[in-house]
Amino acid sequence: MVWKYLLGIFMVVVILGSFFYAQPALGLGEVSRIIYYHVPAAWVAVLAYLVAMVSALRYLRTRDISHDTAAAISAELGTLFAVVATVTGAVFAKVTWGAYWNWDPRQTSITVLLLIYGAYFALRSAVDDDQRRAGLSSVYAILAFFTVPFLVFVVPRVYASLHPDPILNVDKKINMDARMLQVFLASLAGFTGLYSWMYSLKLRIYRMLRERTGV
Amino acid sequence: MLLRATGLCKRYRTLLVFDRVDLEVGRGQCLVITGANGSGKSTLLKILAGLLLPTSGQVEMEIDGRSLTAAQRRRLTGWVSPELTLYDELSARENLSFFARVRGVTLDVRTLDSTLSRLGLTQRADDPLSTYSSGMKQRVKYGFAIMHRPPFLFLDEPGTTMDESGARLLADIIDEQKRHGLVVLATNDREETAYGDRRLRLDGTGTGRPA
Amino acid sequence: MEQALAVLHKDIVAEFRTRHAVNSLIMFGVTTLVAVSFAMGPFGLSSHVLAALLWIILFFSAMAGLSRSFVKEEETGTIMALKSSADPTMVLLGKMMFNLILLAALEIVIVPLFFVMMDTWPSAPTRFFAVLLLGSLGLSAVSTAVAAIVSKAGSKGALFSVLAFPVLLPLLLSSISGTASALEGASPVWPELRLIVGYSGILITASFMLFEYIWEQ
Repeated sequence: MVWKYLLGIFMVVVILGSFFYAQPALGLGEVSRIIYYHVPAAWVAVLAYLVAMVSALRYLRTRDISHDTAAAISAELGTLFAVVATVTGAVFAKVTWGAYWNWDPRQTSITVLLLIYGAYFALRSAVDDDQRRAGLSSVYAILAFFTVPFLVFVVPRVYASLHPDPILNVDKKINMDARMLQVFLASLAGFTGLYSWMYSLKLRIYRMLRERTGV
Repeated sequence: MLLRATGLCKRYRTLLVFDRVDLEVGRGQCLVITGANGSGKSTLLKILAGLLLPTSGQVEMEIDGRSLTAAQRRRLTGWVSPELTLYDELSARENLSFFARVRGVTLDVRTLDSTLSRLGLTQRADDPLSTYSSGMKQRVKYGFAIMHRPPFLFLDEPGTTMDESGARLLADIIDEQKRHGLVVLATNDREETAYGDRRLRLDGTGTGRPA
Repeated sequence: MEQALAVLHKDIVAEFRTRHAVNSLIMFGVTTLVAVSFAMGPFGLSSHVLAALLWIILFFSAMAGLSRSFVKEEETGTIMALKSSADPTMVLLGKMMFNLILLAALEIVIVPLFFVMMDTWPSAPTRFFAVLLLGSLGLSAVSTAVAAIVSKAGSKGALFSVLAFPVLLPLLLSSISGTASALEGASPVWPELRLIVGYSGILITASFMLFEYIWEQ
């Protein structure tokens, strides 16, 4: 319980820090502060989708329905954070490049990811039987996962991107000063904590619903 | 040769079909499963035949003390059920030879002809199944289940829509099956239950009891 | 393999007697092509637009016809007969071959019509047909695996295209870009062909590994 409040205080500090403590990045100006929200959200989306993927695999191995529940929850949270990353990204794109949407490779990738998980939820709602829903959606999630290497490695090489270099770029240089880095890392940790808190909350709701229906 | 089920349980969401069903059938035996409509006879038979996964519990098939893999089970199992449908666009002959091919069984013309005549279908063997009466379709299903001489035969309400000669055919099939394998028969028909050496009654309260 | 051929043979015979899938597939393709040609006209379209139109027509026609072979088994109940007798891998392989043949039948009608109605001809025909062939192979195989999932999910409404589209997107993008450069004839299509083959190969392998879990439902 106490973790919940600590997390709340920590996030408040991170938000304040992102606006008042960190310096704006050279060349980008104030808009660069979006990095403390956009990148952690994207990171959590990737993490959540990975958890969903691993849970799907574990379901197929064990046929224990609780792994499927974990996969569904993680996929929901992953989608939520992916939407946050997409919207913040589009805002940044509007300010710096003049358009919200221009099919930059990263926008393409995230669109495909959102489509995949949209399809995943459509599939889940189409099946009534628990075991069957779990089996089919796990298979689909794994099948769809094979698009990820294509999107991450192939698309950005074929089509040029305007997206700023990832934080850990090819030159292994970190383009941030000390204050920016402190806030950035703190935000990464905070978002990850937020995800795990939401995850455990949703898990508890699922369990209570299940007990109530008597399954 | 042995069919053994331990602690079988099946539920659909909140509905418990049955719980803790144990059974064992050996060579030359015929187990009859009875029970009211909805007591789970068909579900149990599908689980035994490997067509449905139980919620918990296990089904084992053994020949000469070795348990069979999924692929071996398919080759060594025959199943007749109201839920079984064959291809309406194909004739009886085409249906049987198709299923022989996918089972990896070589079926020469003469064996096929003699099977068809035993089923009483020789005259209509080349008409598509869509033109058949339900009794004739049931005969083709018998053919589907026994043409590869499986040691394990599962018959779910096999006598429905059968005329007198069809009933004799069924008696004949069960007799022959007992000579080289085992039969599990789900039925509530008085005459058919008489084929059984042993009985299991699904009583709708979730358990199976020997009757 | 013999068993997969048995499934293929059965599907072809049954299809010849009803002509259900092939008719709806080809009519859907022709209708879409006519609509596209009527709306856009044959003139002044860049090869990239032409390539995109061709693959959109092929994709949606595939969505209209390729789920049939699995869904029909499920709807008529014959799936239980198959399940109790056939090796799942062989069923999947047989159905993939059947769907490839269906798609090829569609293309034999659609592609020449496309050339005529859009008034075009590839500058590099060999490359064009290589991309078309390999792209169709991937399209039909991946659609077949998705169709198996859809048939178990009660094949409700537009579920098939919703599920298939994101999984097929990398394949479609590569095929479109390969077809565009084959229409122009200026640049080689090797990079796209490699992508198409690699991606289809991975997905087909994964489908075979996962199919057992779909089959048992």
